[in-house]
Amino acid sequence: MKLPQIKHIKDPTTSDKLYSFFTNLSGLTIFNIEFFKQAFLPPYEIAQIKKHMIELGVKTFPIVSIMGFILGFVLSLQSYPVLERFGATDFLPSTVALSVIRELGPVLTAIIFAGRVSSGIGAELSSMRVTEQIDAMEVSAVNPFKYLVVTRVFATTMILPILTIYVIFIALAGGFLAVILFESMSLIYFKNAIIASITFGDFVPGIAKTFLFGYIVGVVGAYKGFTADGGTEGVGRASTTAVVMSSLLILISDMVLVKITVWLWPSIG
Amino acid sequence: MIEIRGLTKSFGDLHVLNNVSFDVNVGENLVVFGKSGTGKSVLLKCIVGLLKPDKGDVFVNGENVITFSTKKLNAFRKNLGFLFQGAALYDSMSVRENLEFPLKRNFNFSQEEVDKKVLKTLELVGLEEAVDKMPSELSGGMRKRIGLARSIITEPALMLYDEPTTGLDPITSKEISVLILNLQKKLKMTSIVVTHDLLCAEIISDRAIMLNEGKIVFEGTIEEMTNSQDKFLKNFFSHEIIND
Repeated sequence: MKLPQIKHIKDPTTSDKLYSFFTNLSGLTIFNIEFFKQAFLPPYEIAQIKKHMIELGVKTFPIVSIMGFILGFVLSLQSYPVLERFGATDFLPSTVALSVIRELGPVLTAIIFAGRVSSGIGAELSSMRVTEQIDAMEVSAVNPFKYLVVTRVFATTMILPILTIYVIFIALAGGFLAVILFESMSLIYFKNAIIASITFGDFVPGIAKTFLFGYIVGVVGAYKGFTADGGTEGVGRASTTAVVMSSLLILISDMVLVKITVWLWPSIG
Repeated sequence: MIEIRGLTKSFGDLHVLNNVSFDVNVGENLVVFGKSGTGKSVLLKCIVGLLKPDKGDVFVNGENVITFSTKKLNAFRKNLGFLFQGAALYDSMSVRENLEFPLKRNFNFSQEEVDKKVLKTLELVGLEEAVDKMPSELSGGMRKRIGLARSIITEPALMLYDEPTTGLDPITSKEISVLILNLQKKLKMTSIVVTHDLLCAEIISDRAIMLNEGKIVFEGTIEEMTNSQDKFLKNFFSHEIIND
């Protein structure tokens, strides 16, 4: 795999920025092709994938728990006065549930995950690159792309949907706690109202897109880390640009996926 | 055993290696001298296939490494050791895991055999007590020793050292140099050592070459090199700067 060299210029002109953008784009495309070329060839490094899944899951667990709870709680607090004006507070559980399941849960979890994990992968791999650990691995006849990149990308792709489902439940719990601040509503009523209002079609697209978000987080972090240069400055740059790039790609792909979903299944939209 | 023929490598307008040719015999310790940025590390990286030269060939036992397929290159790499300048220990692994890594990935040893090899190799570099330490807990000299242990654990026929004593105090530097010499004798390896350190070169070298501006400007023994009347060589080894 031969990746294009990215020039780092202190005061870039517009043409430098454009050149850098297209170099990144072509580099990321080549990196993705290499991933799919190597992902399905042995050795499969199952132990490494499991290890990364546990590590990444444990690392992100506390922050997504807090985020999920606040998300549900605030959503309930914000929605209640509006629904009350129309005498529709009965719709509060379904409003919170639909917002969290369809959009806010998957996207916000992915953004938090990108901030925590994409930067971590970027920093770890770039530090391995600048201290020649990746070269050392290659000289030991071990394929570093397979060992370091493929395993991490598989792990992020598989762990993000699990984290998202967890966040949805935590957000609904937060939403319920906020509701009972305003009125007496039983947990059973809240639960039944949610079950009655959501369909399988609400749940599937929301969770399905988190596989893509997880892939983006892993592949962008790994790309930035694997191609880092320029010593410790390069490590910082890889970590920062990994978060920015993966967050941006998550939002763009979300927009595209929502549009496709609405186009394919108008009833869901 | 190793024949380098017409090796040329440039990075953009920077010509790092320019038609470099030399041989290394079996069991020989060849030292490569040169100013910083003259392509010494690039030379090593071209030999192991980490960098692809623009021109030239690297023959090892008659076979050209440059034309190797990935599979063949990996087979060749299983039989070589490379000590990187900063030791390049895997930060996320303990010393034991660092040493186990090449053994477990490339050979079918039982865990008992791996454990034995790890302890035996650590004993060779005098660091048995560091077996369960993390790289961050080691000093510069210890890191170099562990890096050396990881490189020789597979008992390679060819060993490449990229500035093995850089950044070390004179005593540790001498200890590492003696260790390299002893290991070379014990394991009967062929070695190429890139260094600036004259003391290290005096201890370990059978023969030396000097690189300047990507070309070999001298080939011979260390004694011949240090006694040469060539202005560049005199400047390189002298404590004073010799002007025209």
